[in-house]
Amino acid sequence: MKEKLVLIGNGMAGMRTLEELLKLAPEKYDITVFGEEPYGNYNRIMLSPVLAGEKTINEIMINDLQWYQDNNVTLHSGKKVTQIDRVKRQVIADDGTVESYDRLLLATGSRPFMLPVPGADLPGVISFRDIKDVDTMLESSKTHKKAVVIGGGLLGLEAANGLMLQGMDVTVVHISETLMNQQLDSVASDLMLEELKGKGLNFLMSHATESISGDNRVEKVHFKDGSAIEADLVVMAVGIRPNIELAQSAGIHCERGIVVDDTMQTFDPTIYAVGECVQHRSQTFGLVAPLFEQAKVCANHLAKMGIARYISTVTSTKLKVTGIDLFSAGDFNGDDDTEDLVFKDAARHVYKKLVIKNDRLIGVVLYGDTVDGTWYFQLMKDGTDVSDIRENMLFGQHHIGDSGHGAANSTDNLPDDAEICGCNGVCKGDITKAISQHNLYTLDEVKAHTKASASCGSCAGLVEQILASTLGSDFNDTPSKKAMCGCTDMSHDEVKTAIKEQEIKTIPQLIEALEWKNPDGCHSCRPALNYYMLSSWPKEYADDPQSRFINERVHANIQKDGTYSVVPRIWGGVTNPRELRAIADISEKYAVPTVKITGGQRIDLLGVKKDDLPKMWADLSDAGFVSGHAYGKSLRTVKTCVGSEWCRFGTQDSTGLGIKVEKMTWGSWTPHKFKIAVSGCPRNCAEATIKDIGVVCVDSGYELHVGGNGGIKVRATDFLCKVATEEEAMEYIAAYMQLYREEGHYLERTAPWIERVGLKHVQALVVEDETNRKRLAQRFYESQENAQTDPWAEHAAKYKENYIPIKQVS
Amino acid sequence: MSWTEVGPLADIPNKGSRVLVTKDGDVAVFRTAGDEVFALYDRCPHKAGPLSQGIVYDKRVACPLHNWVIDMESGEATGPDEGCTRTFETKIENGVVYISL
Repeated sequence: MKEKLVLIGNGMAGMRTLEELLKLAPEKYDITVFGEEPYGNYNRIMLSPVLAGEKTINEIMINDLQWYQDNNVTLHSGKKVTQIDRVKRQVIADDGTVESYDRLLLATGSRPFMLPVPGADLPGVISFRDIKDVDTMLESSKTHKKAVVIGGGLLGLEAANGLMLQGMDVTVVHISETLMNQQLDSVASDLMLEELKGKGLNFLMSHATESISGDNRVEKVHFKDGSAIEADLVVMAVGIRPNIELAQSAGIHCERGIVVDDTMQTFDPTIYAVGECVQHRSQTFGLVAPLFEQAKVCANHLAKMGIARYISTVTSTKLKVTGIDLFSAGDFNGDDDTEDLVFKDAARHVYKKLVIKNDRLIGVVLYGDTVDGTWYFQLMKDGTDVSDIRENMLFGQHHIGDSGHGAANSTDNLPDDAEICGCNGVCKGDITKAISQHNLYTLDEVKAHTKASASCGSCAGLVEQILASTLGSDFNDTPSKKAMCGCTDMSHDEVKTAIKEQEIKTIPQLIEALEWKNPDGCHSCRPALNYYMLSSWPKEYADDPQSRFINERVHANIQKDGTYSVVPRIWGGVTNPRELRAIADISEKYAVPTVKITGGQRIDLLGVKKDDLPKMWADLSDAGFVSGHAYGKSLRTVKTCVGSEWCRFGTQDSTGLGIKVEKMTWGSWTPHKFKIAVSGCPRNCAEATIKDIGVVCVDSGYELHVGGNGGIKVRATDFLCKVATEEEAMEYIAAYMQLYREEGHYLERTAPWIERVGLKHVQALVVEDETNRKRLAQRFYESQENAQTDPWAEHAAKYKENYIPIKQVS
Repeated sequence: MSWTEVGPLADIPNKGSRVLVTKDGDVAVFRTAGDEVFALYDRCPHKAGPLSQGIVYDKRVACPLHNWVIDMESGEATGPDEGCTRTFETKIENGVVYISL
């Protein structure tokens, strides 16, 4: 017989937990839900658009009554649970309904806090919490004129905006001088105040409410300074309190909220709690993202998988009030030990403030232009040393030494047919439609449904903006930690650390030790794990070809029609007639449809059939060629110019150095592709300043430049250091490449890696610390000992059967 | 039902696949971690990518062109993607794989 699970609270947190649970263990429980409101589960965040007349109640339903039937969930709607009998394991509702449970889940949410002033119980004084409140407001707006909203926080401003759009004359009363003082500093508040006044809202700042008066209905609000204002409707939006009455009456330990541990369990082991009613490590919650994470953790334990823990971290708010973009996170007011970077353009209504302490970003307020919110938040969480970028960081990520696709920084004024994602041709309207139709909350969900930002990712900031403005307020975009993939909650760094510390040396061993959710992993994590094993245990780990993307498995690049391209290595871009003749002959022999010169100074043979690959490689190998690794997360090319051997401006032998560097680094696996160039003088014909590492020769030696990228976002390199000799240049390159191999996340190019860890960090380990540099270089040389065998020769000789059909049947 | 011999199970890599060439086009024959065998028409419903070249996990394969994930039992695309490719019945007898074309 199935166990019984009872959920009290038919809101977003509780229902999300059920949805997660049904995904993990659909048959485990007989489920019963009690909800006080007479509806299915609706999206409470969307009440503001309903009040503003932009949406209907039906449009904001997440789980309609049909859903409960389809999932065999019993719903008691419109019934309030009044008693929990923990001895008999029963809950009792106000109409006498009794349900027994094996596990109980409390998701009773929060209650609006009503100011305890005389007259607060008069008709016409309400809160802003549920569909009933919205109905009352909409009714009142038809028959009455004057509305007063007490509380200039997020909820209050949304209520005020909605009532104004319904035609009421609205005044917002706020106790302090700063609107939304939980999220904004006074400058941002002033800008917002000005804009909201312009839209037609009235404000009474620094006014404390003393009483509310009226005969049969509210008529006036009185303030402590003796003044008063007429009111036909008063909305109190001064805060929320966890709703813990029921839990308290059942003797479950509560403080401000129902106290839960990291598994969302209360002090009674059969009872769990999630959402706004809980208190976790002294913290209570009001935003939706933490609730969804709690739901995941709780579902995991209800399903008795027992592996998830809820960890709350610093949260950010990115919200949308009446057409105004806001983002804030961390300590944005600062103190005596902090420095502020401030940008203010009052005419454009843009304000940005970054608070820095000890070269680390600790707080952010953005008003009017929030596209970089996620980036700043990431810098905060990573504790990145920002001293190198502080000159430009206020202007946003686009201005940190790069340019390229993605110039727009606000989606507000874009029409629905504006293209947001250039790779996949996704317009703004497609995204907003998908968000409301499929109830999407996160960037990943939008990616999966619309493909927006799923390819190159340069529009992710814009997509997040659209998500925030479509969802409305209370949207929290940033998960507390970025999991590696759907198979785990661990981040790349945590997985890498575990591999080292627990000496995990195979993928199956890892999947067991770190409790992966899928027994085989997935197409996203397996290549990453294979790389981490390879880079952590270069001498012991046996490469797993089935965990590599097809290109690396067959040492060629798959093309759109399923044929492959073949790029032989041409050392430093220097070739000769004999090699060219061999390439010409081989191209003819295998009827290669297209022969193309690549950007990396090599020759690409396109349209080769898979069966022909080993034969072609055998011929190329006989002619002296090795694989160019044009398909790999590995060293690609070393691009050179002709240097001092021919060029009248050349200062050093850039071609010769390029060839030496390529001979040293070829065959090495890296987190992502790795490109090198050597230019013979500062005219920089080899374009060394957009490579992962570039050498620019000067008369007195060799300048080393790192972290460049010529792709989606052009990023010019940072100057690492200058060295005097070729030998030193080679050692620095080996050390730098090894550091990247050890620290980079899989599929993270050097450009984002350096932005994540900071140039200072790289300089400290590669330039300033000579011992460490030599150790890094040594580790690079050692791992290269096993790496520099030509995969083409090997596969042509040993693995031909991998390239041919198992059988032909007629 | 008529069965066509494909070849020894051992000739298909674990968590991998081999191609069977037929007069109606290529068929991808997959072997899972648990040594189950599935066969799909070797064309992704999205842009006709060769599924035989994808990464195999559980009973799924990720298309090498754009990472659509196809369920090998049903031939259906998973997640929000929608599309279906043809499936073929297979069996293993004495370590030899057979397919019903």
